[in-house]
Amino acid sequence: MASILAVDDSASMRQMVSFTLKGAGYTVVEAVDGVDALNKAKTQKFDCVVTDVNMPNKDGITLIRDLRALPNYKFVPMLMLTTESGMDKKQAGKAAGATGWIVKPFNPDQLLKTIKKVLG
Amino acid sequence: MTEEAENIETEVIEEVKLDNMLQFLSFTLGDEEYGVDILRVQEIRSWEPVSRIPNVPSYEKGVVNLRGAIVPIIDLRERFGLGYLQYSPLTVVVVLQIQTEEGRTRVMGVVVDAVSDVIDVNKKSIQNAPNFGTKVSTEFINGLASVNERMVMLLDVEKLLKLDSLDDEYENN
Amino acid sequence: MSIDMSQFHQVFFEESFEGLDIMESGLLNLDMGDVDDEDINTIFRAAHSIKGGSGTFGFSAVADFTHVMETLLDEMRDGRRQVTQQAVDVLLGSVDCLKEMLTAIQDEQAINESHVSEYQKALEVELNGGGGEDVAAVQNDAVEVSVESSSSPVAQENDEKGWRIAFSPHADLLKTGNDPVRMFRELSGLGELTATVDFQGVPGFYDLDPEDCHLSWNLEVVGNFPESEVNEIFDWVEDECDLAIQTLTESGDTENNDAPIEQQAEEQSKEQTPVPAKVEAKAEPADKVLPAAKPATAKKEVAKPPAGKGSGSIRVDTSKIDTLINMVGELVITQSMLSLVGEHFELNKLDQLKNGLSQLERHTRELQESVMNIRMLPISFVFSRFPRLVHDLSSKLDKKIELVLVGENTEVDKTVVELLSDPLVHLVRNSLDHGIEMPADRVAAGKPEMGTITLEAYHRGGNIVIEVKDDGKGLDKDMLRTKAIEKGLIDEETVLTDKQIYELIFMAGFSTAEQLSDISGRGVGMDVVRRNIQSLGGNIEIISELGKGSTIAIHLPLTLAILDGQSIAVGDERFIIPLGAIIESINIKESMLNRVAGRGETFRLRDEYLPIVRMHEIFDVKTAQATKLTDGLVVVVEGQGLRCGLFIDDLLGQQQVVIKSLEANYRKVEGVSGATILGDGSVALILDIPGLVRLSNQ
Repeated sequence: MASILAVDDSASMRQMVSFTLKGAGYTVVEAVDGVDALNKAKTQKFDCVVTDVNMPNKDGITLIRDLRALPNYKFVPMLMLTTESGMDKKQAGKAAGATGWIVKPFNPDQLLKTIKKVLG
Repeated sequence: MTEEAENIETEVIEEVKLDNMLQFLSFTLGDEEYGVDILRVQEIRSWEPVSRIPNVPSYEKGVVNLRGAIVPIIDLRERFGLGYLQYSPLTVVVVLQIQTEEGRTRVMGVVVDAVSDVIDVNKKSIQNAPNFGTKVSTEFINGLASVNERMVMLLDVEKLLKLDSLDDEYENN
Repeated sequence: MSIDMSQFHQVFFEESFEGLDIMESGLLNLDMGDVDDEDINTIFRAAHSIKGGSGTFGFSAVADFTHVMETLLDEMRDGRRQVTQQAVDVLLGSVDCLKEMLTAIQDEQAINESHVSEYQKALEVELNGGGGEDVAAVQNDAVEVSVESSSSPVAQENDEKGWRIAFSPHADLLKTGNDPVRMFRELSGLGELTATVDFQGVPGFYDLDPEDCHLSWNLEVVGNFPESEVNEIFDWVEDECDLAIQTLTESGDTENNDAPIEQQAEEQSKEQTPVPAKVEAKAEPADKVLPAAKPATAKKEVAKPPAGKGSGSIRVDTSKIDTLINMVGELVITQSMLSLVGEHFELNKLDQLKNGLSQLERHTRELQESVMNIRMLPISFVFSRFPRLVHDLSSKLDKKIELVLVGENTEVDKTVVELLSDPLVHLVRNSLDHGIEMPADRVAAGKPEMGTITLEAYHRGGNIVIEVKDDGKGLDKDMLRTKAIEKGLIDEETVLTDKQIYELIFMAGFSTAEQLSDISGRGVGMDVVRRNIQSLGGNIEIISELGKGSTIAIHLPLTLAILDGQSIAVGDERFIIPLGAIIESINIKESMLNRVAGRGETFRLRDEYLPIVRMHEIFDVKTAQATKLTDGLVVVVEGQGLRCGLFIDDLLGQQQVVIKSLEANYRKVEGVSGATILGDGSVALILDIPGLVRLSNQ
């Protein structure tokens, strides 16, 4: 089953995302910020990355940019979790190479639907 | 006779004067005995496995963790070409410390066969090392002391722990 | 599926209370006259997290309340709103109100509605009243929320059964992880899909870049649904493609191919997928090994030093405290074990005693390290003020200057953070003021108009090095000499090496600025900077080249420095690779190998040939298991621009390691940047990638 890297500095959000995706059969690895995520991505190839934007140490958009620079992450779908008011964030995210976004707040079903869309 | 007695007396008095006395820790390597300045001895430990360091001379056996510091261990037998001896639970590592030119403290351990004892030597009775007959290069020997009919070769710890000069020796051999 | 969200509530409450504490202390520490962007950002992030979480977990009252706070803070951090004491006071009151709300919800009590509405009003007054883009902002929000309902002025509810879509992805579409096949899949879920591919955009074979998308499509979807649903499917790639949507009737007769629709769609996708498939293949040349990498168990510290120097407190991640408690527990166990052994001691218990003592040594050491670790902060705490500083000063001076920060995650002791801040500011200001030239002068000298100042921090063998580099005009040795002679600091006849000439700058009373400029001169001289550094046990050196620039390097000795490391096995020996140097790890296949006479072994990775560094040979490991390249693992690493593949036996866990100096008591070993002590007390070497590459080239 596909593996997903879930990145968010909020523990409750991480747990919710992780629980939801695992329940659908995905393998999920959590990361607490961009630095943690990048380290984990370097020794394990994930099929998809879901990341919050506002995080300490390395934000989601910088993370996406750094991941795209890694050779095996050139075409991996990467989704940002962003609030509806963050239009400029969406553009910045796309410029950094994000595949798309999921609007916060979201419920588990919306999350699953989007992941299924992207992973097929 | 009296003169002789007087001389001996003076000698004894001289000897007793503390500023003339030096203390050394003596240890054996093969059938020869060596000594190092007791003030430079930090501790004595039994041999424990080292972590190997690559691409260094083979007598630099590796490093150990000494209360959080990384300390190199040098095998003096190998260093002085005295022949191989299997390490046993009795093998001893003498941990030495020196002050560098920059004023820092440097700690290194040397593997010896066995530790003998602490000897008191009168500065004045130390003789110069001859240029032949000793297996260890005279570069490292400060002098010879005679203790209870044993000949103890007193080592220059600073020179011993200076890896550069050790390396030169290695290259020249 | 329905998930019971209440299982996440407890964690949400805990982190929200922590977030409120962060907001409160952040707000209290704000200096009205000199607002730190990073501080506002931290406060904003805390509010943002609470809003996000409360919305997700269904606490809408909290979400709505926090939303206004967040908007206020967002405007402040963007600079669209001034930070006033009044606004801060309202925010502080709101933080208290929020605390009250969350406590009530957690205890399943009723929320104090009057408090809530009181503060909500106050926040709205602040938002709409003074200092911001008032009314418009609120209205924009309202508009955004209702975007769903009308995507285009005329609601295109089409009876005529469908849409024609001209879809032309830009070349880069694939590189954002988007795949046209996904869109086709979604479209076919709306209705019957016909797709015609257009090859016109595909260049000749030799110009073809398989990572680019050169195809475009004409799509027809037959069904009864609004245009908005089509737009939604292409929402993510709006800016990366050309999209034209028409109703089927408008576009006249639909041009279908004769082949049945679904089969055709599949065929088209098959024809099209070879491109991304090939691309995928190129992106994954060999079986990637998934090592059993244990995630780092130590969490990153959340500590933020309160404003002001040498303050007596520090915020610590609770996991560090938990670790401490565990270690003390182990220590107590070891101690009681030892006292048991000692009670009726016999020689046959000698081994037990030895074990106990070595355990004791280990636990004590670990405890010591953990305690020291609590004081470690990433140097970003020092660096974070500089982007703003450089920005403000460079515009004040009419110079074009770019600031580059490298190594912000390098961890340093808290004291270093506090004492390093001022000296660094002085050095950066020097570079800004005296180093980087005016744009016109730079162009005249053949340099780019934009000057660059680089702040870099890294660990080197148990030291931490912080460099302030500029590509400015460099130091003029002759001028320095002359000045020093003038000030009577040296004699005319004194002969000095270059290094010594640069050192003149550190002498008290020396300043080559024509007048002490208000930027860098006031009261702080380089001699004070050097004294500060030396009081930390470090030293400072200057390297400069006239016309090219200067580098000031601060060396601070640390007995502790931390590194994120990947542990590897070569035979019986263990090494650590800095995680930052690792690109990927792969199994080599025979087909990838290339032995070039005189150039050693290389392997092909995508489009380049990288040298293989056989760890077991370079480091003479006799117990190595794999000697055939196809039997072991290759870790692709990079250092100082040099890349290579390290041939090893196995990948072990990832962990934070404490860097110990090898040079303190021993020597510099090529290919090794330091050592660390593993959990079992043994010593593992930390690899220095550029050094390894050099070694292998010999």
